[in-house]
Amino acid sequence: MAAQIRVLRRRIRSTQSIKKITRAMELIATSRIVKARARVLESRPYAEQITAVLTELASHSALDHPLLVAKENPRRAAVLVVTSDRGQCGGYNNNVLKEAEGLYSLLREEGKEPVIYVIGRKGVNYYRFRNREVKMSWTGFSEQPSYLDAAEAGRVLVEAFTADDDDENGVDELHLVFTQFKNMVTQVPQARRMAPMVVEYVEGEPSGDIQPLYEFEPDPEALFAALLPKYVGARLFSALLESAASESANRQRAMKAATDNANELIRNLTLESNQARQAQITQEISEIVGGADALVTTGSD
Amino acid sequence: MAEMIVELVAVERRLWSGKASFVFARTTMGEIGILPGHEQLLAQLEEDGVVRIDGVDGPPTTLAVHGGFLHVTPETVTILAESAEISEEIDVARARRALDRADHADPVDTAAAKRAQVRLRVAGEAG
Repeated sequence: MAAQIRVLRRRIRSTQSIKKITRAMELIATSRIVKARARVLESRPYAEQITAVLTELASHSALDHPLLVAKENPRRAAVLVVTSDRGQCGGYNNNVLKEAEGLYSLLREEGKEPVIYVIGRKGVNYYRFRNREVKMSWTGFSEQPSYLDAAEAGRVLVEAFTADDDDENGVDELHLVFTQFKNMVTQVPQARRMAPMVVEYVEGEPSGDIQPLYEFEPDPEALFAALLPKYVGARLFSALLESAASESANRQRAMKAATDNANELIRNLTLESNQARQAQITQEISEIVGGADALVTTGSD
Repeated sequence: MAEMIVELVAVERRLWSGKASFVFARTTMGEIGILPGHEQLLAQLEEDGVVRIDGVDGPPTTLAVHGGFLHVTPETVTILAESAEISEEIDVARARRALDRADHADPVDTAAAKRAQVRLRVAGEAG
């Protein structure tokens, strides 16, 4: 009986310390979401402007760049999957990886061979466990990505994309799988094609009017070659920031659930241990009373 | 006085936006000064360069711009930068250390040294 109470008390104590950890992680995640969202907002002007500039450039000069024109029979498609470095974030990684699997089978149906690039330790482990080849991976910045991280990954991808046809490292398409942050409760895994890109023309452009001519310094081709890595870098960076915000939101939710569960568990265990204590006291009393009765009975004989 | 809308955006944040009367920058082809009503232009800036914006109100702003592009229309000027710093924000001591540390034989270091030099020049210290 006393042993049971001791076991219960120990369980309550350990649950309490787990709760402290999950609660702390929840608070950290909450503050990180706010920061990550602010960074998403701050990075938006650049992303908008660079897209505008590229669109301008593409519509004012007849460019035949591989980024704009799809290859006739693409064979290999690079897929960059953005996952987290740490666990404890609910279904975040699972959802992204599932979305990526969907994309792979789609690509295979179209006769393209997916080449996997991974960001985040969890994604690396996932593919290593399944013995699948990962072309390249980057880890250590999933929660607080900097532009340099994005630029480095972007450089590698653009290099593979612009490689010659007979280069075995070359790819014909670039895809990106990341988690879009819609709001605090909804984060959706997304698969997007980065290249060849679809240039979005501004709607309502005056038809018939002669477009003012642009002057390019240096020539459009060189400009385009210089802009391309920056554009991919910026796209990647904003995807990384959104993923970071989503990761924190997922972690916050998971940790909130864990804290709630810990509270519930502590309540039930406390109840149980109180019952056990009561039962012990009751038993002791009845033992004493029983003993005294027995003494009285033997004394009167 | 004629004015135009100028924006300088770096990847991580917007650094400067407002009305200005003059913008000075250096493209890969040479120096360029832009006044309101300039013809449409798309240019690549020097890898590490200095940009000066003469705002309508307040003193001119000088910035160190790395990996930038310039997009000009008659009413607006947009400068896109991979990274940029306003002169007052530049940590002179750090830039100087970076410059001293750089080994000129190494191409990566040479680039770092050039960046540091530009930052010092922008901060008003001889680089």
